[in-house]
Amino acid sequence: MSKTFDVVVIGAGPAGYVAAIRAAQHGKTVACIDEWKNKNGKNAFGGTCLNAGCIPSKALLESSELFHRAQHEFKKHGIKTGEVELDLATMQKRRASIVRQLTGGIAGLLKANKIEGLIGHGKLLAGKQVEFTPVDGSVEVIDAKNVILASGSSPIEIGIAPFDDDKIVDSWGALEFDAVPKRLGVVGAGVIGLELGSVWSRLGAEVTILEAMDDFLFMADRDIAKVAAKEYRQQGIDIKLGAKVSAAKAGKKGVAVSYDDKDGSQSIEVDKLVVAVGRKPHTDNLFSDDAGIHLDDRGFIIVDDECRTRVKGVYAVGDCVRGPMLAHKGSEEGVMAADLIAGEVAEVNYGVIPSVIYTAPEIAWVGKTEAEVKESGRAYKVGSFPFAASGRAKAMEQTAGMVKIISSKDDDEILGVHIAGPMAGELISEAVLAMEFSASTEDIQRTIHAHPSLAEAIHEASLAVDNKALNFPNK
Amino acid sequence: MSIEIKVPPLPESVSDATLVAWHKNVGESVSRDENLVDLETDKVVLEVPAPASGTISKIVVENGTTVEAGDVLAILEEGEISIEAPVAASIAPAEKTAAPARKESSGPIKTSPAVRRLLDEHDLDATMVTGTGKDGRVTKSDVMSFLKTDDSANVTPGDQQPVANESVEVGLDRTEQRVPMTRLRARIAERLVDAQQSAAMLTTFNEVDLTEVMSLRKKYRESFEKKHGVRLGFMSFFAKAVVEALKLYPVVNASVENTDIIYHNYFDIGIAVSSERGLMVPVIRDVDQMSFADFELALNDVASRAQAGTISMDDLTGGTFTITNGGIFGSMMSTPILNQPQSAILGMHAIQQRPMVVDGDIVARPMMYLALTYDHRIIDGKEAVQFLVSIKDQLEDPARLLLQV
Repeated sequence: MSKTFDVVVIGAGPAGYVAAIRAAQHGKTVACIDEWKNKNGKNAFGGTCLNAGCIPSKALLESSELFHRAQHEFKKHGIKTGEVELDLATMQKRRASIVRQLTGGIAGLLKANKIEGLIGHGKLLAGKQVEFTPVDGSVEVIDAKNVILASGSSPIEIGIAPFDDDKIVDSWGALEFDAVPKRLGVVGAGVIGLELGSVWSRLGAEVTILEAMDDFLFMADRDIAKVAAKEYRQQGIDIKLGAKVSAAKAGKKGVAVSYDDKDGSQSIEVDKLVVAVGRKPHTDNLFSDDAGIHLDDRGFIIVDDECRTRVKGVYAVGDCVRGPMLAHKGSEEGVMAADLIAGEVAEVNYGVIPSVIYTAPEIAWVGKTEAEVKESGRAYKVGSFPFAASGRAKAMEQTAGMVKIISSKDDDEILGVHIAGPMAGELISEAVLAMEFSASTEDIQRTIHAHPSLAEAIHEASLAVDNKALNFPNK
Repeated sequence: MSIEIKVPPLPESVSDATLVAWHKNVGESVSRDENLVDLETDKVVLEVPAPASGTISKIVVENGTTVEAGDVLAILEEGEISIEAPVAASIAPAEKTAAPARKESSGPIKTSPAVRRLLDEHDLDATMVTGTGKDGRVTKSDVMSFLKTDDSANVTPGDQQPVANESVEVGLDRTEQRVPMTRLRARIAERLVDAQQSAAMLTTFNEVDLTEVMSLRKKYRESFEKKHGVRLGFMSFFAKAVVEALKLYPVVNASVENTDIIYHNYFDIGIAVSSERGLMVPVIRDVDQMSFADFELALNDVASRAQAGTISMDDLTGGTFTITNGGIFGSMMSTPILNQPQSAILGMHAIQQRPMVVDGDIVARPMMYLALTYDHRIIDGKEAVQFLVSIKDQLEDPARLLLQV
């Protein structure tokens, strides 16, 4: 007799494992199927985020940032170190150990919630049956009352620069270099390209980023993108805009990369090339033809606002459905799907999802950019405050960047908050919370912020919206 | 034991309802079947009675919130004794004034700093403002739009503000008042525009001499009322004439669905009645099976319930044809709008003595113009005109009603 579960989740990334836990909290019997395999051949829960994305990249960003500061900033603080040396093997070991602890933590969480973690491939069949092919053992068919598809995404491979797992690599490969490449090429100046470029640049690589679009960080506010571009270039990262890669050939020594820009055909020679042009939904062999699941023309599973597929009782969440490919967006969708299955009211507020780029300075934003607000036709007002005027930022010797707030002129509602600066990814939470509660600029103005703190920059920017900034001249 | 108070099942055509007013606060005790809350739908106000006696321990959904069937509105602790005294008058400064609270609240509402400042400045109470923020919270934007639409809030100056300048302006009384449509009004608006846009509406006119109907009524008024306990009105004559005409021209009783015509083999007649809350069209079913008295009784029943606001959703749904009488307000002629998905509507008008030529002589006759608006997509002009003529013929010679000719 086949097993039966109230909820079967396919995928144990941040969308899937969170959905499984919430469903279990609702008293459901839950199985969570996952087939992620790490480069050492071991299976691990956590999906891209924990194994190959958010977490390992942050580990390396932190290490490389400290290395960079020890080299360049300690002197200013009056700290003499002698020559600062890099021990990449230890740095990489620390990264791997963090990943191991966290993925192991998920296995523990699943267990604590009495979720059956199934290692292998899950495939949705018609009638809410799930075919489970374990890593070892025979295929079995599981009956599910509800199914949550959370199969994630994978890096896009481009024909002109196919991955060879050695010289031309994807973002995962770029986290696991065992030596600092002398010259590193990155295709794509998106979040992933900039973060990886920052890591290896700080550790000594000569980094060139080739971006096909003419606008730098097109999805960010222009003022922020301008600050960011200036800072990255100052750090020595060579960002070439409007540069369309036409060929990449891996030879014995390195990779010859050709690209076209406004000045015609160009070429560079690099030791390693990271292709980070985006990610595509991963739905290979995820469902049978008669399962009733449909993909849109970009390969995303078609769902409604509440992540329902066209099959009753089957949901899809995270990177395999529309919307930004962000772990926290996927997790919230997972929670929503589990709550809906339990008969509760749930929704995801897609208008208020923060985005963060963990470079130096960090970039973070929520809501609309000034250009988007302008295009919407809504009358608006803007206030900004530079970290150069923040006591805390000065003390930290991290004064690059600013906070910019865009608010409705008519009713003072906050429409967008954009930060480039130290700890922007932490600071943005205040803005997210405010916007989630439809706060006005005045609400932030009237909220006491600790002194001295980086958060004061948000307070001052909110005051600047009404030309009432106290620690910076108002325009 | 705690019981969840839920939104009762809503009829098929109604997707959601707005919570209009709580009649009970948190901590108040209620007896079984006592009305707890009013929900306004597109069509009627629903009451939600207490399923048992007890105390309201939690109000989940605040006034002004849109709810769906099955949503939990409140939690009721079963039992006779109240847990604690009702929330006493708050000492919040915003509530010290005598400003009339339009909505009942479940206690002091927690608000954000900007909202508190605005409320204080205008001597308002958060309960007066409909919140659109997360979980129905009041935002600064909500208060600002409330101030824009509400005269009294605009006219009432703050405590310390000089009044001289304002009072001059107020004297001119060139203020405007912006009031959101009730759900009923908004639904009426939506349906009328829908009809205008989707049907090929055309109106044909005729007039009817009501001499015979009036004399019949005069002759049998007392005996009819004595026997049946209800007045013999004009409407039953019209309804019966309409049913006979519908039998002759079934397409007038039909409705359109995409490219199909659906013929109804029953005669459910909607009668438009005005109520304080707006126009309503209760439906009287199987009119072909009814006597004049049955019809008058049924009409009285729905009309009085429409006025009292206690009409049920079932009374308002369905219907294959509608009669509207603008005559009670003095209208001489009008072009009614279809009550979709129906395909035709009869407009009755005021009865007026007018000179008519009868057998070569000019005589005064009680005349009424009739209007039939029809959906030209499925009803041809010939059928519409003949349908109206058939009604005219029956009313001018009511014996036809008896003989069905």
